[in-house]
Amino acid sequence: MTQVKKITTPLDDKSVRELKAGDSVLINGYIYTARDAAHKRLIELIKNNQELPIELKGQIIYYVGPAPAKPGYPCGSAGPTTSYRMDPYAPVLLDLGLKGMIGKGLRSKEVIESMKKNKAIYLGAVGGAAALIARSIKKSEVIAYEDLGAEAIHRYYVEDFPAIVVIDTCGNNLYEIEPPKYKK
Amino acid sequence: MREIKTSQIKDKVKELFLKANYHLDQELMHRLEEALEEETSPIGKSVLQMIIKNNQIASSEEIAICQDTGLAVLFITLGQEVSITGGNFTEAINQGVKEAYQEGYLRKSVVDDPVFERKNTKTNTPAIIYIDIGLGDKIKFTVMPKGFGSENMSAIAMLKPADGVEGIMNFVVETVKKAGPNPCPPTIIGVGIGGTIDKAMVIAKKAITRKMGEPNKNEKYSAMEKEALEKINNLGIGPAGLGGRTTTLAVNIDYLPTHIAGMPVAINVCCHAARHAEGIL
Repeated sequence: MTQVKKITTPLDDKSVRELKAGDSVLINGYIYTARDAAHKRLIELIKNNQELPIELKGQIIYYVGPAPAKPGYPCGSAGPTTSYRMDPYAPVLLDLGLKGMIGKGLRSKEVIESMKKNKAIYLGAVGGAAALIARSIKKSEVIAYEDLGAEAIHRYYVEDFPAIVVIDTCGNNLYEIEPPKYKK
Repeated sequence: MREIKTSQIKDKVKELFLKANYHLDQELMHRLEEALEEETSPIGKSVLQMIIKNNQIASSEEIAICQDTGLAVLFITLGQEVSITGGNFTEAINQGVKEAYQEGYLRKSVVDDPVFERKNTKTNTPAIIYIDIGLGDKIKFTVMPKGFGSENMSAIAMLKPADGVEGIMNFVVETVKKAGPNPCPPTIIGVGIGGTIDKAMVIAKKAITRKMGEPNKNEKYSAMEKEALEKINNLGIGPAGLGGRTTTLAVNIDYLPTHIAGMPVAINVCCHAARHAEGIL
């Protein structure tokens, strides 16, 4: 881990370029949630040239389907889901200006190429640290596809959301860099 | 015959699913603490610290350890001297699951049709229920909320008897290697060997619920568990797949008699949030 950097959404090209694989980041501002079903609907809209329910430019999408919030909590437990299921959709969203994705696990070559082309980053949150991560989510509202329940698109206001840069804008990939160091 | 009412069954199932989703068992927490001490990767250490802190928060505040509160899996041993009264056994179990998930702020993750509509049943039912008939006049429940990030990384192979221990080792290690960071390492690997293709996976799944630190009673199999664990941890995948010495916390192997022509090997992968709870009625 090189250093801890605070980042605030929306992200611009310059701040995204400065982030390197291995950097710990604390995310502040608004981020959007979407997973399988919401991605499918967004892509349908794009195919049909229809307006999207969220502005993608400079934004971060968090791959999560949160647990329901207990009374008194802004949000239920909310850790990342496995990202590869969103791989077929991600390049289309990156082409429209999406700057960051938060998830866990491997990404396809196509997604990494698209990230390099569009100067975007892939952030890893710790899978299963859902109750801890939820503490950084201060506000949560459903802004589209309420019928999808946990899979609806939520807008979170986050303060110091903990993540690590797994793949940076040059395609450096922590999943490839770190494990060989500990291999025996 | 001892009478057990379906309302008691419903209440017990509800209690156990709430407990499993909020409180990780102490042996597993202890194993995570040990892994933190042994881990040499700085990123790995920080990931393990987050996991341990997460589990403490979930337990003290009674909120879900992970947002994926899983498919509701139950292993039930039904004593043959039990008479169930007051309704339908399966419905009582599903009602208990429904109440736990609806009242306990747990995510409902079941879709009714796997291919077409994929409509959420909003109750987290139907549960996946395995029933064995045992002796005595009690019902023993082991409940397991099973997350799908790790379920998706599971695998099964019909190996040849000639493949032997080496073939099994290669299959287990390759499966974990291929899964990489996806199943939320450090994982627990359940391995079922023998039986039929279906039964092998059932015992692999049940093996995940074994008490942490308890090896297979058969020394030949416990030696395989040890060897597989070492080989997996030598992969370097580490906590969250970000590198380190802790890729897997335990390999639990179970086995059954099988056919002369085969050697089914099933691998059920479970994330570090290996939630389960036991209860008796």
